[in-house]
Amino acid sequence: MSDHNIKIDKKKLDKIATDVLKPVGFNNAFINWMLFLTMALVACIYAYVIQYNKGLIVTGMRDTVSWGMYIANFVFFVATALVGMLISGVIGLLGYQWIKPITRIAEIIAVAFAAVAGLVIVSDMGRPERLLNVFLYGRVQSPILWDVTVVTTYLVISLLLYLLPLIPDLAIARGRMPHAPKWQLKLYELLSFNWTHHPKQYKLLFSATRLLIILIIPTAFAIHTVTSWLLAVNSRSGWDSTIFGPYFLTGAFVTGMAAVIIAVFFFRNNYKLREYLNEPLFDKMGKLLEFVCVIYFYFNLNEFVVPAYKMKEFDAIHIHELFAGRHAVMFWLSQIFGLLIPMIVLLWKPFRKPLPLFLIALFVLVGAWFKRYIIVIPTMEHPFLPIQFLPGEWVIYQPTVIEGAVTIGSIILGIMIISVLAKLFPIIPIWEMAEEDEETKTKII
Amino acid sequence: MGSDSRKNELDSSKGKNSRRDFMRKLGLIGAAASTGAVVSGFTPIADTNEEYIKVLTADNKLVEIPKSQVKKVKLDTEVLQSRGRVGLAGKRWVMVIDLAKCRNARECIKGCQEHHHLHPYQYHINTLVMQDNPQSAPYNMPKPCMHCDNPPCVSVCPVDATFKRQDGIVLIDNERCIGCRFCMAACPYSVRVFNWEKPFREQLYQEEPMEYDVEANVPQRKGTVTKCLFSADCLRGGELPTCVRSCPNGVFYFGDQNENAVTNGTTRQTVVLSELLEKNAGYRLMEELGTKPRVYYLPPKDRVFDTPEKPDSHHS
Repeated sequence: MSDHNIKIDKKKLDKIATDVLKPVGFNNAFINWMLFLTMALVACIYAYVIQYNKGLIVTGMRDTVSWGMYIANFVFFVATALVGMLISGVIGLLGYQWIKPITRIAEIIAVAFAAVAGLVIVSDMGRPERLLNVFLYGRVQSPILWDVTVVTTYLVISLLLYLLPLIPDLAIARGRMPHAPKWQLKLYELLSFNWTHHPKQYKLLFSATRLLIILIIPTAFAIHTVTSWLLAVNSRSGWDSTIFGPYFLTGAFVTGMAAVIIAVFFFRNNYKLREYLNEPLFDKMGKLLEFVCVIYFYFNLNEFVVPAYKMKEFDAIHIHELFAGRHAVMFWLSQIFGLLIPMIVLLWKPFRKPLPLFLIALFVLVGAWFKRYIIVIPTMEHPFLPIQFLPGEWVIYQPTVIEGAVTIGSIILGIMIISVLAKLFPIIPIWEMAEEDEETKTKII
Repeated sequence: MGSDSRKNELDSSKGKNSRRDFMRKLGLIGAAASTGAVVSGFTPIADTNEEYIKVLTADNKLVEIPKSQVKKVKLDTEVLQSRGRVGLAGKRWVMVIDLAKCRNARECIKGCQEHHHLHPYQYHINTLVMQDNPQSAPYNMPKPCMHCDNPPCVSVCPVDATFKRQDGIVLIDNERCIGCRFCMAACPYSVRVFNWEKPFREQLYQEEPMEYDVEANVPQRKGTVTKCLFSADCLRGGELPTCVRSCPNGVFYFGDQNENAVTNGTTRQTVVLSELLEKNAGYRLMEELGTKPRVYYLPPKDRVFDTPEKPDSHHS
């Protein structure tokens, strides 16, 4: 609504601001946490330095399985980043109010995971120092070009969707944080762009945000569809699927929703925000997770049952490896504990309470990571022509410690970005929470 | 007037110019190919008293050009790159592999690995033991790059490091390659290999640095993809590819589709390509994928060798 006037309840605002701003700031516990993460990250970077110097021979990848855990991890990161679009874009545009306290958390996850996804893909390159070639000699026919374009666009839109609604909050926070260090206040001043809570400013903010959440929907569809096409454009069995785009997209909603639930649970307890990140909110998030799980299950059914029915020669080898072969344990664990059981138990309200939901989300997220592994690696192990006259370790893929370390490093980096943003700025949108309820219903639509 | 060989090749391939122009340009390419020189600032008006020299062109034609117009230059990477990306004008290279004759001597592999400085586990060409169905007998199948006319690897390359030349060859430029390995995922024939570690002849490169020749993909480079090149450097020199020449059993035929003739690498007998394929029911691998390979196989009928041992599994 362009003629919208914001009405903020002053008393409510005071209370919310006090609660939300209390955990903001770099305290000792946070600094210790960051020191720990930094040390772990340095070890992982060292592993990457070894890889850079010796070449990708230090990984488990060889000519047969030439894409391994890095690509699986990349797909996982892009998938998780998609939740920003699901929450702010789809659910927000539908006018649901309950997402208000978690929009910022979702955007933080989107920004962190999209940013790290770019680094993950660079760690997979044989010649990372030639990254600029992609821009110098880029060929528009290559899905990699499409991926670079849309991931960058998504990162920019997500960052804007994070920063824009932060403007009024930083203006509110500036006057309420007397003990904050000078640089932090300076940063707040800088990023609040002289915000005076004038109705005209709100009007501008609303139209800008509205435009962005409309734009982010096709962009998010594009990033994960294109990511799925990195695999689906190849004719190998297991990737040669026409539903890979929606299959990946719905899988991404599941992964991202699980990540948001884990983050919200953490902030609820550690930031003492139980009043805002409350049980009804968890119930809603649980229902949303259930919903996306059901859709994802439907696509899984199509993706595996149809080729399993026909059993065309190469599909049969692939399906056999997944159902009863070398990858069967991982396949069934990720499908049953990461999708099937969560989908069933979430139907009952007690499982949508904070702690059970948090545990379910953990299973879903870990299962989702292994699911990406299942999507990438088994297909590569079974090319059309036989693999012969090669040493055994060149045929079967086994990730190495270095690969593991670099992958863990990417996860640590993601957690670090989330940690810093969550301590630097308020984690819940103060002004949106303090708005009069009737008014906000028509805010965006 | 074009001053470098690349432009000349492009011009002559267009076929717009008169025959005299065409011959003159062939001369220029010949100068580049046979003496390692390219001509710059060529003036069409030639003095009748001037001394002429004979130059052999890339397609073995003897032509004359004025001596004063010839300028020798070093064949540096740039020249190697520009001519390597264009390819040999008027050619459409094609390979025919007679499966009835292959005994898996693996001489083609040895010659290839030597030529392209490969690790023992890196195959530009590999010979596989194939069995089409449980009833049919196993046979040996040499597998080079198919040099597809619709190459999936070239489509997916993000930086134009791998490319299709006018003479049908698919090459890889390891000075451009970023090592993303998308081409390896895209190739249905698994013919591409990666330099996972430092190259096999690293020491040689350090002792005597050499210019990078995209037509041989030598020197090899860590972190880049390499593949069968139909020995494009040999073809430029008028020779058959290394694997074709190395075979002791007469398995390989190689030649120009435009001439409709292929030469056997062992017997040096030249035969009519279309007849060879028609009479022997020549086929291409995985026709259904639409990749349009430039490598034809003759079925393993009336074999001259003993049946190889059955492969343990069709796919591993």
